[in-house]
Amino acid sequence: MTIDEWLQAALADADRRGLPGLKPVLEALAKATKALRAADFNDDARGKST
Amino acid sequence: MTIEDFGRLLRARAITAENVTNECLRRIEADNARLNAFILVMADEARRQAREADRELARGHDRGPLHGVPVSIKDLVDIRGVPTTAASRVRDGHIADRDAPAITHLRQAGAVIIGKTNLHEFAFGTTNEDSAFGPARNPHDPSRSPGGSSGGSAASIVAGMALASVGSDTGGSIRIPAAACGTVGLKPTFGEISLDGVVPMSRTLDHLGPLAQTVTDACLMYHALLGDPAAIPPAPMPINGLRLAVPRPYFCDVLDDDVRAQFEAALARLREAGARVDDIEIHHAADIVPVYFHISFVDTATYHAPTLEAMPERYTEPVRLRLEAGRYVLAEDYVRALAGREVLRREVDAALAQHDALVLPTMPIPAPTIGATTVPVSGSEQPVRSMMLRLTQLFNLTGHPALAIPAGATRTGLPVSVQLVGCRAQTDALLKVALACESYIAGIPPPRSGVGG
Repeated sequence: MTIDEWLQAALADADRRGLPGLKPVLEALAKATKALRAADFNDDARGKST
Repeated sequence: MTIEDFGRLLRARAITAENVTNECLRRIEADNARLNAFILVMADEARRQAREADRELARGHDRGPLHGVPVSIKDLVDIRGVPTTAASRVRDGHIADRDAPAITHLRQAGAVIIGKTNLHEFAFGTTNEDSAFGPARNPHDPSRSPGGSSGGSAASIVAGMALASVGSDTGGSIRIPAAACGTVGLKPTFGEISLDGVVPMSRTLDHLGPLAQTVTDACLMYHALLGDPAAIPPAPMPINGLRLAVPRPYFCDVLDDDVRAQFEAALARLREAGARVDDIEIHHAADIVPVYFHISFVDTATYHAPTLEAMPERYTEPVRLRLEAGRYVLAEDYVRALAGREVLRREVDAALAQHDALVLPTMPIPAPTIGATTVPVSGSEQPVRSMMLRLTQLFNLTGHPALAIPAGATRTGLPVSVQLVGCRAQTDALLKVALACESYIAGIPPPRSGVGG
């Protein structure tokens, strides 16, 4: 699931649950997740080439 | 009055535990309505304990440095027979059926428990604003936050309502209020002090530890909390030749001008005294926030999931929303954060391999105004919450011991603080470094509460 897909699903769920106040928190979380996934310590099934 | 001063005067029969306890209770009565530091004042029980401490000493039974010392306790630690509110309506009706081991240790050390202090609801915040009992306030300026989440603990010391306090620290919740209020705050190595009987935030990030007026007092409290009440403070390390490391990138990038000036002045005094101060880099420092965000939010949401579903209206709205957000994190991202945590832990270990301690500011800004969501820092607006956590949360991820020491004040009189970080499982070694550095970092004598003279 891409971060954009995740965020759209999370926002829709928060809206369905009547929690519009979650929107800025989820957006901040999405920004943090983007940074986390971009970190160079993450593994990748393609492996690393030298 | 420090714990050290108290002990000397008590044993010289110049004061009694009862008189000093009564003076603390008088301060609470005079100022708690204004500062809201205490959720529960245990006046009768404290007086009884103080009288018993005096009787014991008269009989020749001396329990050690904390004998008869009035202390406050953050209200997420169980004390038998009274509520542990965690500053939340979710805990309505709770009464603790036993003392947490940390409380048992303090009682064995002879401490007088004067009451339970205010906090950010369930310790999930840095300002102490979101509390079912209303915000605690900073004794230096009641329009400002005392920091959080152990804000009531720090305020109680500075206002002379207790000689020391017990707080908890999950992202900086001992060190941030220590910095905001101008006290010493110690987060020991992860796992050293029992968390049994303590309401958790994150079981992998939580630490229990002391707030106190001096490093010596923090050391006495730390050993008492460990169950070693007779321990005396270690000798300071020699300042000459002490090896300190400043992690400049990230940690010194965004600082209030007055905080930066006081930090650099403290470094200059340490160098002048003979310490070697090197600049170093924590290479993955830019990943601290996303790693911490994912771990802390998920850990905290896990504990609260049943009550979020059963009684969501009992939480304050900001805390409820942050808890709910944690339930949306994907498992794969949590695992990525765990991997990042290991990388950061190794980098802090490596930074300390050639140094006695890291030295950095505790908080990039002075105590913020209550209600502010952003704060100006060197010409740009920054979010209050992330600013307050920025320099402390790494050491919750890595488990290294870290200690906040007062380092003068801003031009408007608000406290500034410097943080020292030591090797894992070597909290006593960090305290030796801190004892050596304390007066150079402060630049002035440490603050005194004035209780009892």
